[in-house]
Amino acid sequence: MRRLGVFICHCGVNIAGTVDVKKVAEEIGKIEDVCHSIDYIYMCSEPGQQLIREAIQEKQLEGVVVACCSPSMHENTFRKAVKTAGMNPYLCEIANIREQCSWVHQKEKEEATRKAMEIIQATLEKVRRNEELEPLAMSINRNVLVIGGGIAGMTASLDLAQGGYEVFLVEKGPALGGHMAQLSKTFPDLSPAFPNLLAKALEIVSHPKIELFCCSELEEVKGYVGNFEIIIHKKATYVDWTRCNGCARCIEVCPVEYPSSFDRELGMRKAVDFLYPNCVPKRVKVTPTQCRYFQDRSCRKCEEVCPEKAIQFDQKDERIHRKVGAIVIATGFDLFPKERLGEYGYGEIPDVIDGLAFERMLSPDGPTRGKILRPSDGRVPKEMVFIQCVASRDPDRYMPYCSRICCMYTAKQAKMYKEQVPDGQPYVFYMDIRSDGKGYEEFLQKTIEENGVLYLRGRVSRVFQEDGKVKVWGVDTLTGKGIEIGADLVVLATAIIPSEGVKELAAKLRATVDKHGFLTEAHIKLYPVESSTKGIYLAGCGQSPKDITDTVSQASATAGKIQALLSTDKLFQDPLIAYVDETVCSGCGICVEICPYEAREMDYRRGISIVHVALCQGCGACIASCPNFACELRNSSSVQTLRMVDTFI
Amino acid sequence: MAEFEPRIIAFLCHWCTYTGADLAGTTRQQYPPNIRIIHLMCSGAVDSIYVLKALIDGADGVLIGGCHPGDCHYQTGNYKARRRVAILKEILRELGFSEDRIWLRWISASEGKLFADTVTRMVEELKKMGPNPMRRLWNA
Repeated sequence: MRRLGVFICHCGVNIAGTVDVKKVAEEIGKIEDVCHSIDYIYMCSEPGQQLIREAIQEKQLEGVVVACCSPSMHENTFRKAVKTAGMNPYLCEIANIREQCSWVHQKEKEEATRKAMEIIQATLEKVRRNEELEPLAMSINRNVLVIGGGIAGMTASLDLAQGGYEVFLVEKGPALGGHMAQLSKTFPDLSPAFPNLLAKALEIVSHPKIELFCCSELEEVKGYVGNFEIIIHKKATYVDWTRCNGCARCIEVCPVEYPSSFDRELGMRKAVDFLYPNCVPKRVKVTPTQCRYFQDRSCRKCEEVCPEKAIQFDQKDERIHRKVGAIVIATGFDLFPKERLGEYGYGEIPDVIDGLAFERMLSPDGPTRGKILRPSDGRVPKEMVFIQCVASRDPDRYMPYCSRICCMYTAKQAKMYKEQVPDGQPYVFYMDIRSDGKGYEEFLQKTIEENGVLYLRGRVSRVFQEDGKVKVWGVDTLTGKGIEIGADLVVLATAIIPSEGVKELAAKLRATVDKHGFLTEAHIKLYPVESSTKGIYLAGCGQSPKDITDTVSQASATAGKIQALLSTDKLFQDPLIAYVDETVCSGCGICVEICPYEAREMDYRRGISIVHVALCQGCGACIASCPNFACELRNSSSVQTLRMVDTFI
Repeated sequence: MAEFEPRIIAFLCHWCTYTGADLAGTTRQQYPPNIRIIHLMCSGAVDSIYVLKALIDGADGVLIGGCHPGDCHYQTGNYKARRRVAILKEILRELGFSEDRIWLRWISASEGKLFADTVTRMVEELKKMGPNPMRRLWNA
C-alpha cells in the first residue's frame, strides 16, 4: 500500500467559499492509505509548495493529490514541487475542485463539498496505480521549414537564419513578397511598402542559411516535432533560373498578353514574365496555360532571343526531400472572391474595384504608374466612394469577423486620393471605425480633419450604373437621411479570408482550422503562435486578419519560440503514451489500423503489435479499440479509469 | 421522499470539452452538481467498457464530450467516439436500457456556457426518465 498525501487548496475564497475544506481534509484523512491530509490558503504559493515538500520528506509519501484549480493551471507547478522533494513528478495528480466544482456550484455548498471529496477520492484511485515515469528524450533536427514567402514567412525566415538555423522557405508563387508587394504605401506613416520589402527580400536570397524554393508547395510531411520529413513539390518554371539574368528580352518579344492577377486584372502581363517588375528573385517564369508553345508549338520567340539559353520548355517538376525540426505556416490571405459577393456590382461594373486593386493603381510600378484612373474610360475620378466592411462583420450572409485592416487602409487610400486629386471628393461609408494600433487614431483623425474626407456612418443599399456614373444609394444613420452619390469610382474594402488550400495544408500538418478556415492557435492568450500540433507554428494572416505591424511581431515571436525549441540537444516529451502487454497481445492488428499517427505496427516475428514511442501522441484510440486490454496508456489505464468510475457511483 | 437526483458520469476529452468545462467554471456558469467528470485525452479513447460499467453499476446517465467534427486534436478520435456510441446505443436497447442515458456532445474549449447548459438539460431529462433500473437491483 502506497503512502499518500492530499493537499487541499482554499484558493483564497474561490474554493473555500463554497467547499468546506476543513471537513474535506478531515474526511479524506480517514482513508486508510492517506497518511497526510491538510488544507492551506494558497497551495501554489511558495509556503504552500513548501508544505508539500516537507510532508513528502517527513512522511515518506509515495503519491500526492493536490486538490485545487484545473490541471491546466498548476499541474506543472506541483509536479516540479514534488520533484524537488525527491518524488517522481508523475506520482502527483491534480483533483480539479475549482473550475469543475466550487465555481460552478456556488449556491450548493453541501453538495459541492461532497463532490469535492469524491473528486479527490477518484484522483487517489489514479495515483494508487500511477507509475514512476521519465520524460522521453528525442534527438532533434535543427532545420526549419517556412511555408509562405510573404512578409510573415520572410520575417520568420530571416530571424531564424540570423539565429543560425538552416531555413527552407517555400513560396507558392514565383517571387517573394506576398500581398505586401502589391501595396503602395503603408499606414500610419505613409512609407512606401516596396523598398522595405525589397531590403528583406534581397537579404533572404543572399543569406547562406536560407534555401528559397519558389513555385513550390509542401507535398508531404511525416514525423513529429523535432523530426519531420518533408517533400517539397517544386513546379516547373520552364526557365533555368541558374542561367536567367532577368534581362527581360523574352518579355519584350512574347506575343501573348493576358490580365495580370498580381495587378488585380487592371493591367496586362505576358506569357513569360516576372511576377512584378522588380521582383525578388528577379527571374521570369513561363505560364504554360497562356504560352503558345504549350498550346500548339507555334512560338519559341523567348527561347530564340534569350542570350543565356535559359528557356527550357521541357523542364519537369521536381520533388525535393528535406528534414526539419519545426514548421511555420505563414500562408497569408486572399480577399473575399468576386464570384461569391452578389452585391455592390462587384465583378460587373468595371469602376467598382476592391482595396487591393486600388493599391495597385496607387503603386508607382502598377498598371497606371501610380495614377488614379477609372478602369472603364481612363478618366480621373472626381467623386469616389469607399465602402467598408464588405463581407466582414456580416454574420448572416458573409463573414462575422472584423478584417481589422480595412478601416486604416481605407483612410490611407482616401488621403492618398485627396492628395492626388485635390478637387475630388472622397466619401467613406463605415459601420464603426477601429483604429487601435499605435498612431492609428491620430492618423485617422488627421485624415478626416485635414483632408476633407467625408465619413458617412451607414450602409450602402445599392450600387448601379447610370449615365456613365456609379450610383451609390446609402443612408447616413447619424442624420437619418438617405444619400445618393454619383460616383466615378467605388472601392470596396472586402473581407480577408484565408488563402486557398490552407485547409488541405493544415490537414497534412495535423494543424486545425476554425470554421472560417483560419489556423487555430494552441491557446488564444498563452500560446498564440503555436498550433495545436507540437512543432507546427503560425505567423501572419493565415491565423487571423492582421496588419503588417502585427504580422511582423507575430512572425518574430514564432521565430523566437522555434529558436527556444531547437536550442536544446534533446527534446523531452511527455511519456504518457501507449504500451503493450506482450503476454496478452494477440496480434490482431486493430490498433495498427486505428492509429492516426502510424505509431502502431505489427511485429510479425513475435506475433504482437508494438508502439513506436517517438510517434505515439497518447490519444488512446488503440486502448479503446483493443479487444483484450493488451495495450494501455501510461498512467491512464483502463483499470485506473474503471476505478474512478467506481468511486463516482 | 427526497427528489430523485440523477448521477451522471462524464468522459471528457482533454482538448475540447474538459477545457470547456473549465471555462464554465472560469466564467462562473452554474449547473447542478450531479455530474462527475473523468478526464481522458480524447473522446476516441472512451472504451465501451467504461460506459457499460457505469450504467450497469447504476449511473443514471453517461456524457461523452468531444471536439466538434473536423476539430479533433487527434484527427479522427471524435468520429471513433461517434461510431462507438451508435453501437452502444444499439446494445443498450437490447439490454432494455433507454438509449437516451448516453449523451454524446461536441463541446469546444470556448463553449463553457454550452457545457453548463448541456449538464443542466441532461439532469432535467434524466429526472423525467427516472432512476437507472439497475440501482433498484443493487439496492435490493
